[in-house]
Amino acid sequence: MRALDYLRPESPAAAVAALVSNPNAKYLGGGTNLVDHLKLGIVSPDELVDISRLPLDDIQEYDDGGGPGLRVGANVRNSDLAAHPVVRSSFPLVARALLSGASGQIRNQATTAGNLLQRTRCVYFQDATTPCNKRVPGSGCSAREGYGRYNAILGASDACVATHPSDLAVALAALDATVVLLGPDGERRLPLAELHRLPGDLPNLDTTLGRSELITGIEIPFSPVAALSTYRKVRDRASYAFALVSVAAAVHLEHGAVRDVRIAWGGVAHKPWRAERAERALVGQQLEPDVIGAAVEEELENAASGDENAYKVTLVRNTTVHTLLQLAEGHR
Amino acid sequence: MDSQITLSVNGTSRSLTVDSRTTLLDALRERLGVTEVKKGCDHGQCGSCTVLLDGRRELACLALAVARDGVEVVTADGLAHDGLHAVQQAFLDHDGYQCGYCTPGQVCSAVGMLEEVKDGHPSHVTTDLEADVELTDDEVRERMSGNLCRCGAYAGILAAVRQAAGA
Ligand SMILES: Cc1cc2nc3c(=O)[nH]c(=O)nc-3n(C[C@H](O)[C@H](O)[C@H](O)COP(=O)(O)OP(=O)(O)OC[C@H]3O[C@@H](n4cnc5c(N)ncnc54)[C@H](O)[C@@H]3O)c2cc1C
Ligand code: SF4
Ligand code: FES
Ligand code: FES
Repeated sequence: MRALDYLRPESPAAAVAALVSNPNAKYLGGGTNLVDHLKLGIVSPDELVDISRLPLDDIQEYDDGGGPGLRVGANVRNSDLAAHPVVRSSFPLVARALLSGASGQIRNQATTAGNLLQRTRCVYFQDATTPCNKRVPGSGCSAREGYGRYNAILGASDACVATHPSDLAVALAALDATVVLLGPDGERRLPLAELHRLPGDLPNLDTTLGRSELITGIEIPFSPVAALSTYRKVRDRASYAFALVSVAAAVHLEHGAVRDVRIAWGGVAHKPWRAERAERALVGQQLEPDVIGAAVEEELENAASGDENAYKVTLVRNTTVHTLLQLAEGHR
Repeated sequence: MDSQITLSVNGTSRSLTVDSRTTLLDALRERLGVTEVKKGCDHGQCGSCTVLLDGRRELACLALAVARDGVEVVTADGLAHDGLHAVQQAFLDHDGYQCGYCTPGQVCSAVGMLEEVKDGHPSHVTTDLEADVELTDDEVRERMSGNLCRCGAYAGILAAVRQAAGA
């Protein structure tokens, strides 16, 4: 591991200034992803700017011009967010997504911002001895011809077929959450759906953030659709494993017909995949297995897979059908 | 870069100088001789390095020591006061181990987990997110899933945690 300077800035603005003045510095949150990557030798900053003690750890309801919602500080721990009474009652899919991730210990350490910015679990990305365009641009993609079971089925590129690992990000994508950012030019707000990107020719970039931008919090709008929502994660073992595929779903029914529906998928793409075509096809419909299946198949029209990950197409289809039917019966 | 830090380890204040790269796990084991905290995987995947930090269970292998300056560390050894802690006793009563390597982490994890249950934290297997938690076998298994046991002493661990939860 490369020698590291360590800085504990006094304020969010001082943290941003530290990253502006040193292009090789990185923010340190709970450290559960970054410390692992330092040990694996797949990132090598020369300075850590420890933001974990900045007072960005509140969970508060707000009501401003854009309507009411819940504001969550960047440093709120995953376990505290999942246990928050308003999250449990108004955003059950967020609680469920968090609780399906990692372990009790890791959720006590991991922060909200760090969770969103955790990097792919592609086995080659994590192995510094193999070619990987995300780790070393231009070196090639070992996953394309290699172990392919975890590879993306939507929005992949020749350069990279990795998937995004965060469960929380999938839930927040379904809810039209917003990320609050502080950069050298001040604060800005970014729809969560625009935070992560597809790999294209630049798989080294996971997100659209500027390199010194600090996430200070996220905002989740209250909505009738969020209250009847859940998160279903399919994995190789029942606990303490990343998703093969996952489905975040929310539905608002009126007289048995869909008035509003949200569907986002994890484990299928380089970013949380909001299934907007499927959503549009379901509005006004009754939630029947065939109807949901047809809507999901529209969304999957451009899915591309090889022998090893073809199962994901069927799995995400069937998991979505099952999850929406369960929601229609009131199980969240 | 070196930094001077102070940790409270099982109630005793310990000051030391650490390189920024040193994990809390290595600081405890290699620098302070607190060897009951075990290194299994060193990557957050096994739970054997679990300790209580300011009362909450966390993994010492994924924490940098310098970032935890001032923290209160309680290890499995530090849980005993006037005799064994109820969780320690329960592991003895139910043979919640074979080789014992994962045990300090299991014990700390169980203590932290039971506090989370007291605070009403739901888990992945909790059916009703808004109801009180009922600590069933499935709840214990899910909540302890971050602690692996290569000897497969899970049946004894489950029984031990159930006993301690009732105590
Ligand atoms: C064994 C294991 C199993 C896991 N299983 C799951 C799982 O099933 N599902 C899941 O979703 N996750 C899982 N995780 C990942 C875990 O959720 C993440 O490691 C964690 O959420 C990262 O948060 P952190 O605060 O520790 O981030 P850090 O490691 O501190 O940081 C991660 C990245 O975010 C950047 N960063 C942190 N905070 C900010 C900020 N405020 N602004 C800008 N940049 C910032 C850092 O520079 C770094 O690049 C698992 C992890 C492990 C070790
Ligand atoms: S899929 Fe992406 S992360 Fe994995 S080896 Fe290829 S380029 Fe690297
Ligand atoms: S040594 Fe820390 S989790 Fe394995
Ligand atoms: S008792 Fe041997 S690893 Fe658990």
